[in-house]
Amino acid sequence: MAKQIILDIKNFSFTYASSQKPALKEVNLPIYTNKITAMIGPSGCGKSTLLRSLNRIHDLYPGNTYQGEVNLLNSKTDKYEDILKLKKENDLIKLRQRVGMIFQKPTPFPMSIFDNVAYGLKLQGIKDKTIIEEKVVNALKGSAIWDEAKDRLKESAMGLSGGQQQRLCIARAVALVPEILLLDEPTSALDPISTGAIEELVSELKKDISIVIVTHNMQQASRLSDYTAFMYLGEMLEYNKTDKIFLNPKEKLTEDYVTGRFG
Amino acid sequence: MNRLFLNKIVLALSTLSAIIGIGFLFWILATLSIKGVSALSFDIFLNDLVNGGIRNLLVGQFTMAFIATIVGVPIGMMAGIYLREYGNNSTFAMIIRNLSDIMMSAPSIVIGVFVYAIIVSPMNGYSGFAGAAALSIMMIPIVISTTDNMLSLVPKELREAGIALGGSKHKIILQIVLKAAKIGITTGILLAFARIIGETAPLLFTSANSAYFTMDLSEQFPSLTVSIYNLANYPDSESRDLAWAASFVLTMIVLFINLLGRYFTRDKG
Repeated sequence: MAKQIILDIKNFSFTYASSQKPALKEVNLPIYTNKITAMIGPSGCGKSTLLRSLNRIHDLYPGNTYQGEVNLLNSKTDKYEDILKLKKENDLIKLRQRVGMIFQKPTPFPMSIFDNVAYGLKLQGIKDKTIIEEKVVNALKGSAIWDEAKDRLKESAMGLSGGQQQRLCIARAVALVPEILLLDEPTSALDPISTGAIEELVSELKKDISIVIVTHNMQQASRLSDYTAFMYLGEMLEYNKTDKIFLNPKEKLTEDYVTGRFG
Repeated sequence: MNRLFLNKIVLALSTLSAIIGIGFLFWILATLSIKGVSALSFDIFLNDLVNGGIRNLLVGQFTMAFIATIVGVPIGMMAGIYLREYGNNSTFAMIIRNLSDIMMSAPSIVIGVFVYAIIVSPMNGYSGFAGAAALSIMMIPIVISTTDNMLSLVPKELREAGIALGGSKHKIILQIVLKAAKIGITTGILLAFARIIGETAPLLFTSANSAYFTMDLSEQFPSLTVSIYNLANYPDSESRDLAWAASFVLTMIVLFINLLGRYFTRDKG
């Protein structure tokens, strides 16, 4: 299969409302279809800011400015559309249904396990109960949480462990069949065993979904990803195949960071 | 040695302060219970004030408090939601939040006088409506503050997760954020209700009082608290006994609502 770019970030700059200085400067980064792209870099380098631009969740808070282009491939027309040009809330909602997101801390809604997964489907406007049920079950199975959850679907999701909650959140996102899944340090609040389960799940998911993951964990990036982007002070310092970044980086700073000399 | 000695002195002083504080509370409760229970009889719940009972007073007090709640809670909640979810700490939102906080500590008699000026005086008479209006004015800032504070405890990640799932802002607020803050807001509303059910000052110039059973809110309306105030001033011991009994009943009601609020918050830690 030829490599296809699903999301093309071009000369992208971002400035927070509260700040004069841009948090991201002229970032260029391709995201390939059905690959895992990792974004690494020291705290405050802008990797989360970049990730949160890709589903325009920054728009929840007014006054931020975007510059440049973030082109998302429309698989039906085979054309790219600039997501930074979207203005209407409805268009942003459609974007977010295509680009899902998982957060650092698990964010189960205060409702039952079943309703957590069904919620996104209901937001999409699906009313048919049998369709919803089928999709919920498939999503839970596809997110490796079905065995633990099947006997307690009606129970509150708050009763699950942190790792289970995170997999439930992934199931919730996967149920909408997104084209891209953004993961913002998804395992940094979890124990090693839950982390392993999430990583395994993410590698499974890449068959159907293109994945972008922000991580502080070098091993995670090298284990999991196909491509790695190293960011530093709001700039994309180096981007390449993951083994190149970790074994043979071009930049001195990248080498220092991946070998743990700073960060 | 010196340090340990100082520790003992501070410990003794704080224990003493605690005993004084709690002591007065128990003194009040004890007096109230002794005088109240001895004056209490089943009959007072069956008769109106005119026949030496408090039936109409309880109904009147609750009616006004309920109307105040029905009016005050939606307004307060919506204002609280605006402040926390849409205000974005703008100057306007900050002004409203501060004004609301000031309103919360405004002397309740001032609210009574205000309602007297805008409702009682133009309508040429005391009325249950005026009483309910005064109580709802008291209640709104409390509900605003509770809603505002409880919503601020909902982590922003939960809102972001809802938005990231393709929700519109208002749906996420109504279906997820409010749900997450439900227990806190419910408790706050209960406590606000407990607060207004025991108010006297806002009712003195608004509903005034009535010795007869009535559900007509356009006329003078029976009030338990105003009656306690009046009865306690009468010279005859029967009136004063009834005032004790009414005070006891009122305290029990407020205590019960407060405990109910505690129970709700305890339920879900």
